[in-house]
Amino acid sequence: MYRYDEFDQSFVNARVAEFADQVERRLAGEITEDQFRPLRLMNGVYLQLHAYMLRVAVPYGTLNAKQMRMLAHIARKYDKGYGHFTTRQNIQYNWPALSDMPAILADLASVEMHAIQTSGNCIRNVTADHFAGAAADEVADPRPYAEILRQWSSVHPEFSYLPRKFKIAVTGAERDRAAIQVHDIGLHLKKNAAGELGFAVYVGGGQGRTPMIAKKIRDFLPEKDMLSYATAILRVYNLNGRRDNKYKARIKILVHETGAEELTRQVEAEWQALKDGELKLPEQDLRAIDAYFAPPALDPRPEGDDALKLARLDSRSFGEWLDQNVVTHKHPDYAAVTISLKGIGEAPGDATDSQMEAVADIAERYGFDEIRVSHEQNLILPHVARADLKAVYDRLVEIDLATANSNLITDIIACPGLDYCALATARSIPVAQEISRRFASFERQRDIGELKLKISGCINACGHHHVGHIGILGVEKKGSELYQITLGGSGDETTSIGEIIGRGFASDEITDAIETIVDTYLAHRTDKSERFLDAYRRLGAAPFKEALYAGEAKAA
Amino acid sequence: MKILTANRLTDGIAVWLGPDATWRESVEGADLARDAAGEERLESLGKAALANDEVVDVNLIDVEIVDGAIRPVRLRERIRAAGPTVRPDLGIQARPEPLYSI
Repeated sequence: MYRYDEFDQSFVNARVAEFADQVERRLAGEITEDQFRPLRLMNGVYLQLHAYMLRVAVPYGTLNAKQMRMLAHIARKYDKGYGHFTTRQNIQYNWPALSDMPAILADLASVEMHAIQTSGNCIRNVTADHFAGAAADEVADPRPYAEILRQWSSVHPEFSYLPRKFKIAVTGAERDRAAIQVHDIGLHLKKNAAGELGFAVYVGGGQGRTPMIAKKIRDFLPEKDMLSYATAILRVYNLNGRRDNKYKARIKILVHETGAEELTRQVEAEWQALKDGELKLPEQDLRAIDAYFAPPALDPRPEGDDALKLARLDSRSFGEWLDQNVVTHKHPDYAAVTISLKGIGEAPGDATDSQMEAVADIAERYGFDEIRVSHEQNLILPHVARADLKAVYDRLVEIDLATANSNLITDIIACPGLDYCALATARSIPVAQEISRRFASFERQRDIGELKLKISGCINACGHHHVGHIGILGVEKKGSELYQITLGGSGDETTSIGEIIGRGFASDEITDAIETIVDTYLAHRTDKSERFLDAYRRLGAAPFKEALYAGEAKAA
Repeated sequence: MKILTANRLTDGIAVWLGPDATWRESVEGADLARDAAGEERLESLGKAALANDEVVDVNLIDVEIVDGAIRPVRLRERIRAAGPTVRPDLGIQARPEPLYSI
């Protein structure tokens, strides 16, 4: 993985010193809250319902054991023993004191981490496929490009005060696991007919109160032109994006109001002036960054198949986990493992300090010191020898992180919601927990098959409900929590925005409603191979509406 | 009826203004404003505390008296007062005698 050079380290250290001074002056009353707020936000410090919140960047979701141990240390020393992994592949702490922030950031800097640009109207943490570098279906590792974008966008003088926040995602596979079409810029790394690397460029996707699917404005952009093209897009946005209305300030609105064709023309015109300048990426620089992301030396471990056959016979639960949470690796003797942070009845994405420590130990011993955070709020061990899977599983069982539910209905994305968040209008976590308990049976989940359920506690959609196969949006209505359901959303290469199915449900009705939807799907699917999303796309909303609301119509 | 709430500057912990004009970590015994004059008084104390860098995000919130205890009207404020509903081991609700159930 990428290692800080001297410039990176001194830059991060200087920022820690600067913010420590700002915190000190704030606590001494030398600067007001109005003066301090933008400064703390630039360093990832929010104020939530119960306390401050610190959002720490995990660049493209990649970290090593030492860094994970530091995250555990911070949870233990400065927080209440846990952290929350987010849909931007970051981690949030819910209880840190402002007076401890300088020490926390200094601890993070000691392991090449920081909280810069995890808030504010700037380019946020660049996200990537969590199986990057391991996935069997990958054209190339997207992370070197994400790292180049990170370096380019860090305190970029021109793009630090954009009309609104700006999110970039990169995938290197046909199968989109990074939800690139609901990002401000989505980059799909691919090869052209000549075998050269480049990107399909998507612009103007997003969720929030106005969900939009990105428009593809270029089918193939050579890799050397990535930064000049991104700069052209950002320039057009920075100049023309709406600063008069916060709710219309994202690039998706600009794309929508300008029209994709005209916007593309403007970007291309800007790019013509830039493309042969200093932003063109030299081949040697590209390959130098590539080298940081070279896969570990994966020695042949052909004994894995026999070991797994035996272990499967020995343990049914291991077999279930193997089937659900382990995916094919580029190397036939290896696999990528999803560590579910969605234990039945648990808060999605939460991990305790001791779980983080244990995952770090496992990654060091069996996973070539590599860990990923997925945007679906799970942890990933990208490179594990198949021969070691049983040992990894046994360790995960010990720390209650062996739930076999990847991509199943209990693998729920949920934002912190009204239990923590100052913006939320309803709770998310208790809804996720109740649905998780209702569908706890592995056999039942397995029978239902792939089903992505995503919950947001307000219209800002941090829980990605718009792209859930089943989405739940919590709102406040007449002083109570009300949950709206959307169906048919998807955040993959066939991205779609879910459609509101009808009136919302009270908190004590929502789990029953979800069960009704699932039962309707089971009754209508052609067979087990037709996933929920496919069935919804074939059937439309009608049978689900009928099942949810027909009784009411008749009663009326 | 209203009470005054804020978050303490140093650690961000939710606090409520007591009758002795000090900030406490519980809604219990908070200074109640029963009319416009009371609200004005609380607001001016809040402004002073903000200017004095004791607290941030100062707000007057609606409350009612239930079984003799102060209960914020909005769910958001009840959760602020008690702690996350999903972590009963944290926040004020974790004390031996919780104030009320959310």
